[in-house]
Amino acid sequence: MPGIGNGTGDFWLMLDELRELYQEVILDHGKNPRNFRRPDKPKREAAGTNPLCGDQLVVYVDVDQNECIVDVSFLGKGCAISIASASMMTEIVKGKSIAEAKALFDNFRKMCTTDDFDLEGEDGDEEIERLQVLSGVRQFPVRVKCATLAWHALDAAVQGVEEISTE
Amino acid sequence: MTNIADHPSNTYDIEKIRSDFPILGTEVHGQPFAFLDSAASAQKPRQVIAAISAVYDSGYANVHRGAYQLSEVVTDNYEGARDKVQHFLNAEHRGEIIFTRNATEAINLVAASYARNKLNCGDEIIITEMDHHSNIVPWQLLKAEKDLVLKVVPITDAGELRMDIFEKLLTSRTKLVSVPHISNVLGTVLPVKRIVELAHSAGAAALIDGCQAVMHEAVDVQGLDCDFYAFSGHKLYGPSGIGVLYGKKELLDAMPPYMGGGDMINTVTFEESTWAELPNKFEAGTPAIAQAIGLGAAIDYINDIGLVSIARHENELLDYTTSKLNAIDGLKIIGTASNKVSVISMTLDCAHPHDMATILDRSGVAIRAGHHCAQPLMDRLGLPATARASFGLYNNQNDADQLCQALETVQEIFG
Repeated sequence: MPGIGNGTGDFWLMLDELRELYQEVILDHGKNPRNFRRPDKPKREAAGTNPLCGDQLVVYVDVDQNECIVDVSFLGKGCAISIASASMMTEIVKGKSIAEAKALFDNFRKMCTTDDFDLEGEDGDEEIERLQVLSGVRQFPVRVKCATLAWHALDAAVQGVEEISTE
Repeated sequence: MTNIADHPSNTYDIEKIRSDFPILGTEVHGQPFAFLDSAASAQKPRQVIAAISAVYDSGYANVHRGAYQLSEVVTDNYEGARDKVQHFLNAEHRGEIIFTRNATEAINLVAASYARNKLNCGDEIIITEMDHHSNIVPWQLLKAEKDLVLKVVPITDAGELRMDIFEKLLTSRTKLVSVPHISNVLGTVLPVKRIVELAHSAGAAALIDGCQAVMHEAVDVQGLDCDFYAFSGHKLYGPSGIGVLYGKKELLDAMPPYMGGGDMINTVTFEESTWAELPNKFEAGTPAIAQAIGLGAAIDYINDIGLVSIARHENELLDYTTSKLNAIDGLKIIGTASNKVSVISMTLDCAHPHDMATILDRSGVAIRAGHHCAQPLMDRLGLPATARASFGLYNNQNDADQLCQALETVQEIFG
């Protein structure tokens, strides 16, 4: 019989694969996002939308004179993957320089699309490795945009672009 | 009264129908394929696929211009498809059937050719909260260009049109009422005959977007007395790239061309040109020949089964699925109009529609998740998105069961 996709039809294997995508950490961040707030006086912000599924996020970022991200938060509506990814992003990029955050975004994007690409933190930065739980999206190509939406918005915010779309 | 004869037999041979659709025998992720996204675009029966292949296999040529046998045959087949659409909609004249790329182009044709010339500063167009972007954006573009007023009829929480408010919105400045026949998100069937009557009594023309209706019920444009009716071929089990605009002859005759080019002229000189008769006036350039013929084959296919039988089957499936879904904790059906078709939008307490769709996909169930090209309706409902399962003539109870089982998997992961 001709087929589409790569599943075997085995229910338990399918469940395993889905649990690989929806790991506990992701479900937790999806339900209880961290830094889910709008600052009183946002310094820089950018909206990210995914017109395909209607996800909408706004990322707020405050950068000091040394180009260091001193605060980052977000608000929005979206699926578990986009909200969890945004939440984890805010925890990890805070305190990093813009250049470091950009490099991390590049690696994160690679991780979401490349098999066997692992995120490795320098100098024992274990936090970065936590992002690895989102690598499950590799098996779900249409969800890569969900995982990278907040990162695109962060990138736009630090550049002073107010709105980005993943389309 | 309908213009479609019901199938003489009372039995609906779902297995035979399913075997007409090659794709339904496919597996997705190793699971049986439960295709529940026909409202976005329907699968095609082998009869339609064969009709399209035959155009290219047994003789293809351009239409309306070849002085040779083959071109005449292809022209006859292309124009024959128009006759089929005419009878399918019960239009009075064949020239009232204009082939377009899709319903979106049909609506844009009315906006660009009819409304742009008929409406002036301060004139009103009325649409509804249930409209698809394709029946919102063309009017916004025209509104900005001509300084028009765009009014929106609200809906109830159940997803029914507020007819009382519609009547109040109609004024002597209302020149066009443009509404969906059936909501693509909620499944609501609108009282279009009454809407047309009220529009006409206010002196306004009425356009009906029939994209979600033509596959569910027999449409009689003369009975409805609508001025324009639009639909897409690909939702009617035909190919993509072909749509239809029905317009009343006297209106189409008075309208200027939508696009200029070959096939739509009578004579051309560098000083001026004269236009071809209907329908060619609105079909500039080489049309979608094989697609039109494929649409004709889709109409034959539907007529063979009978829209009355199809509607009965789909309504039984709607009732079956609705009661099964209502038994799922935390599931809410969005759109509970008393008169609705087999389009079911839903939300789950525990999971976002996009996450639902991913898990359903892995379970072999194809649904649509998102705003369904109806963002203003989502805003009205206070929802970022819904998950929508839509049933076509080939769906069965197994599909509904597979959907419900997959929703349990969603709850197992997210619950």
